[in-house]
Amino acid sequence: MVGITSAGAYVPIYRLARGDIARVWAGGRGVAVAGERAVANFDEDTISMAVEASIDCLKGIDREQIDGLYFASTTAPYREKQSATMVAEALDLRREIFTADFTDSLRAGTNAMRAAIDAVKAGSAKKVLVTAADCRLGALQSEYEQNFGDGAVAILISNSGVIASVEGSYSHSNDIIDLWRTDTNTFVNASEDRFSVTYGYLENVQEGVSKLLERYNLSPKDFAKAALYAFDARRHLELARNLGFDAKTQLQDSLFNTVGNTGAAYALMILAATLEEAKAGDRILFTSYGDGCDAYILQATDKIGKLKGRKGIKGHVASKLPLPDYTKYLRYRSLLGELALAGEPVATINWRERNWSVRCHGSKCRECGKIEWPIQRICAYCGAKDNYDEVRLSDKKLTLTTFSKDSLARSVDPPIIVCIASIEGGGRFYAHMTDRDPDKVEVGMPLELTFRRLYSKDDIHTYSWKMRPIR
Amino acid sequence: MESIKDKVAIVGMGCTKFGERFDVGGFDLIIESASEALEDAGIELKDIQAAWLGSSGFSTGQPLSHALKLNYIPVARVENACGTGLEAIRGAAYALMAKAYDIVLALGVEKLKDRGRGGGGAEGETGKGPQPSYGIQATAPGRYALAATKHFATYGTERKHLAMISVKSHHNGARNPRAMFRREITVEQALNAPMIAWPLGLFDCCGVADGSAAAIMCRTEDVKKFGFRDDFITVKALANSCGQGTGKNREDYDFLHWEETYRASQQIYQQAGIKDPRKEIDIVECHDCFSIAELMCYEDMGFCQKGTAKDDIEAGSFTQEGYERGGVAFNIGGGLKSFGHPIGASGCRETYEIYKEIQGKAQEPSRQLKNVELGMAHSQGGHPGNFVCNMALYGIPGK
Amino acid sequence: MFGILSYGAYVPMFRLSRDQIAKAWGGGSGAGEKAVANFDEDSLTMGVEAAVDCLQGIDHKSIDALYFVSLTHPYQEKQAASIIAEVLDLKPDTFTLDIDNSPRGATSAFRLAADAIASGSAKKVLVIASDCRVTAPHSGDEMLFGDGAAAFLLGDARPAVTIDNAYHVFNSFMDTWRLPNEPFNRTWEDRFIFGEGYSKIAPQAVAAALKQFKATIKDFAKVVLYAPDQRRHTELARALGVDAKTQLQEAFFNNIGHTGSAFVPMMLVATLQEAKAGDKILTFNYGDGCDVHALTVTAGIEKLRNRRGIKKYLASKLPVSYYQQYLIFRDLVIEEPGGRATRTSSLPVLWRERKNLVSLIGQKCRVCGTVNFPLQRLCIECQTEGEFDDYPIWDKKGKIFTFSMDERTVQPVAPSVACIMDLEGGGRFYGNITDRDPATIDVGQEVEFTFRNIHDGGGLHNYFWKMRTVRG
Repeated sequence: MVGITSAGAYVPIYRLARGDIARVWAGGRGVAVAGERAVANFDEDTISMAVEASIDCLKGIDREQIDGLYFASTTAPYREKQSATMVAEALDLRREIFTADFTDSLRAGTNAMRAAIDAVKAGSAKKVLVTAADCRLGALQSEYEQNFGDGAVAILISNSGVIASVEGSYSHSNDIIDLWRTDTNTFVNASEDRFSVTYGYLENVQEGVSKLLERYNLSPKDFAKAALYAFDARRHLELARNLGFDAKTQLQDSLFNTVGNTGAAYALMILAATLEEAKAGDRILFTSYGDGCDAYILQATDKIGKLKGRKGIKGHVASKLPLPDYTKYLRYRSLLGELALAGEPVATINWRERNWSVRCHGSKCRECGKIEWPIQRICAYCGAKDNYDEVRLSDKKLTLTTFSKDSLARSVDPPIIVCIASIEGGGRFYAHMTDRDPDKVEVGMPLELTFRRLYSKDDIHTYSWKMRPIR
Repeated sequence: MESIKDKVAIVGMGCTKFGERFDVGGFDLIIESASEALEDAGIELKDIQAAWLGSSGFSTGQPLSHALKLNYIPVARVENACGTGLEAIRGAAYALMAKAYDIVLALGVEKLKDRGRGGGGAEGETGKGPQPSYGIQATAPGRYALAATKHFATYGTERKHLAMISVKSHHNGARNPRAMFRREITVEQALNAPMIAWPLGLFDCCGVADGSAAAIMCRTEDVKKFGFRDDFITVKALANSCGQGTGKNREDYDFLHWEETYRASQQIYQQAGIKDPRKEIDIVECHDCFSIAELMCYEDMGFCQKGTAKDDIEAGSFTQEGYERGGVAFNIGGGLKSFGHPIGASGCRETYEIYKEIQGKAQEPSRQLKNVELGMAHSQGGHPGNFVCNMALYGIPGK
Repeated sequence: MFGILSYGAYVPMFRLSRDQIAKAWGGGSGAGEKAVANFDEDSLTMGVEAAVDCLQGIDHKSIDALYFVSLTHPYQEKQAASIIAEVLDLKPDTFTLDIDNSPRGATSAFRLAADAIASGSAKKVLVIASDCRVTAPHSGDEMLFGDGAAAFLLGDARPAVTIDNAYHVFNSFMDTWRLPNEPFNRTWEDRFIFGEGYSKIAPQAVAAALKQFKATIKDFAKVVLYAPDQRRHTELARALGVDAKTQLQEAFFNNIGHTGSAFVPMMLVATLQEAKAGDKILTFNYGDGCDVHALTVTAGIEKLRNRRGIKKYLASKLPVSYYQQYLIFRDLVIEEPGGRATRTSSLPVLWRERKNLVSLIGQKCRVCGTVNFPLQRLCIECQTEGEFDDYPIWDKKGKIFTFSMDERTVQPVAPSVACIMDLEGGGRFYGNITDRDPATIDVGQEVEFTFRNIHDGGGLHNYFWKMRTVRG
């Protein structure tokens, strides 16, 4: 039996009220979409968000057992350079795993899911991690600027310990031009929405679902939940109605009003939320949309309770900070130009130091047992040379030892909170604090580590770990 | 002035493999050379009482202590352009002579290959440095080539003579396991290689490399007391000549000699009592960042008359075979030509070569010369008309 | 009598044949070639060249005002005239002004100069017009435009050319324009911009001017006409009844190209280089309106025969050997990033050393007579402290002592030729040779100074002097 054995999600901490976007445009008379949208912090991108969702997904799971990592996004940080490798490195996975990037379609997430199911069925892998993330830019002043949200999801596909089995699937593709971005565009282009919705979204998903139900001889009332991709909140309801699902009891919330449309990650995020609430035996209809449709029948097993203890969608949606101003959004997304930040990315150094900077390894001295980060060849405590084991620190909790709020340093979001923290189990960490309210930083506060983009210079993104208040 | 002759001993040395060491950082290079030196001397890190770090890229003494976790001892970072490595040894030697410490470490290191492509140094910039600066835009080869053009025009020296110097250095470097380039070349290859800065071609120029070398030193009188081996070498003389930098402005600078090299070598000869360097000195490890620079050393250190280097080059006077006929071996280790030039490391690396040749321990037997008793190291930074030159003479104690 | 006391001009060394452009893009070739500024030149450096030519034998300290006219100022906020005044070592209280945005800026500046002189606020005014317009690759302007500069010293003390009459009219007609942050000119279709614009406005303005001057076209020995291209130049001359063989000043479309605000000034310099005492000259300048001037040449013109002007600079040239090199000159190619260290610049040093860097003034030791450059506190020869007289370097010629050709340069064009130059009358200069043919450089060659942009590090244009083999 192949299926989903774990799921995790990530929603960035910042939320921007859609009314705050609308207010800026059309002389203050811009039309606001309801609710708020999630906004990635300035130091986040699809790689860092995918790492977060994957860590959530892999809680309590031995990372050595992962055989493959598929990364799906339409906004990967590089056009030529695989993002899955950086995610795998940050997750401290084994070297000899298979990695791939799935891109260019809003269906990339469920495309990757299908490839993972194939791999497990074929026996080429036992456990494949599928992670999808997107951080898309809607054109300024367009409805998409309000509709889109940033987020990530991760699901683990395997044939043992399955919490939701794959009972059936159907896919078709369609080359309609509804939302698109060329190789040089910054913002997503959109056709007139009545065209896009009628001939794109509604027609494709309705066709996919009816073919799927026909194939397995099922009807809408056989499902406990329908996890449906949402074009937006209104069209989500329209689709459910057309398909014959009861909006109150069967339709899974689309997260549209709390997170927004998260592109290639969106359908899988709705599914993750569904699984968080599912009971054993629940049958789930799951669809994505984008250049066609992927539709699945899933069924929760008696192991569904194992999903507890993750932050998931629910935990991340509840943990939030308001983004005080639309200008901050422009600055975070580099729409006011790039701010030149300190730091000197050097390809050779980034590569050489990856074990401590990306994998977050410290050195544990074999002679005196002390842990140091970054890795030290000569132990600072006992002077032993080249006699240490590397230990992963990224999953450890920390306690803030001391800090400063540096307003002089150049930052997209000053002040920089410079932190010294002690690592549970030994060791000390020196890094910035992100996703924080500067007024609520105090010595002794508990912290956790989060993978972020430190700076981008000379067209190289440099990633490492920062600290944040526990979410 | 009190002479330093034979008062300070080098009792252990280490040297990394030089080259594009993408897999290691500056700290790793330090650990690599220091570990070999400590093992060679038979002591431990805790026995070191003070240290000198020669580096152009590191700006304080801290990296040495950070890498080696030294025990809060004094560390000075010294820098004197390309003379930096010898400057570290000079600082350490005089501190020993002053009896401030008993056992010290002098280490030169440079990590250049984290800076991307290039080499050739920065071109002149407006507004850089404390002195009036102005818009000359030339790389290091572009500046050294000025002297080659003039030497050719004045003395009839030809590109083939420079090529023969490079052929000799690569012949030596091919037999040195620590060298960056280990392939022999021919005069034809050198002459047909791509132009870097006319008249200097690719094989007239040294490479860009990472590397480190280190020396453990103590006073000669204490060698027995601390139980060091008896094949140590001693410092015979140390020199530094810092030019006025006006050579490029004064009309009487001829671009046909290195004044700073001449002055520093005179300091060495005076301190060590050398009358005829060609007869008395066995080997010279000189700063051959460009082939023309080695040619200038032949003349300005007094190994031949001004303008006659080409005759000695044709006669092979400064090759290994030349040495066996009673000549002087230049860059028997392979020189900057074979090692590249990690700025802070080069002077220490030259010292390492002399140390091993005197001990009879050249890593490749065919490169080991017979009866080496006196060896001179030379490191020079800047460009024609504007140099700082460091030199050192080492030898068998008492000789 | 107000008029022109002296003139000078500058045509950059390099010429791009229109065949090369045609070869790059396919399609038909225009005739001849165009003058192309080297990679280290811009409107400011070319303006300096024209001014140096104009001011031969004239005391720089006698100049009271400098007006710099260009459509391509190197800065949008920072006066180019003030930099040129520093380069030329003018009096500190020289009145400096930048005039821009219209191709007819230079002849409009004649009026400002006339006003300044008539009012007594200045005795001698230097007007410089210079342009280096960047054109879109594969565009009509690319074939048409060239680079160059001209300079005039204006005053009322025995002018070589009197300016007798002036006529000005404005017109807001949109024909060609450029927006603040855009690199290339925009225009509308020819039939509109010429049919309703130039071809109508120009004859009307000249007719009105002649009426005001109480003159006819036949009164003039030479007529200098602005035109957007060769065809319209011929057409306007015909419409005005100007004899193309005897009266019409050549417009240099075939060997320089259209030089924007320097276009009419350069033609006027060419006219003056051939003029005799008594010649009457009519100039017509165009752009957002028209300026028409009537001038008379006096016997004083003979004193100006040593100016290089258009004639000598046209004769001194090197070909741009391939089209891509021109793209590199104009920075139109996105270069591979990375490589060598970024250039920097220190404003305090530039300011502190401005005499040294910008005016190229050295020092002569009062004790031993040695020429020191760059500036020293202690004489490099006798070590005496602070006993120096200023000693201009910029106007000295010299000989190549030695040189090298650096292929690993970050300069846009390799090799970078580094050179040691021994100055006539003593002193040594260490710098780069520009406008050079690497195959012909040799020890002993005679070289002179030229003011150039050496790099754009630090977000500003860094200017300094280079050497070149003597032109003209």
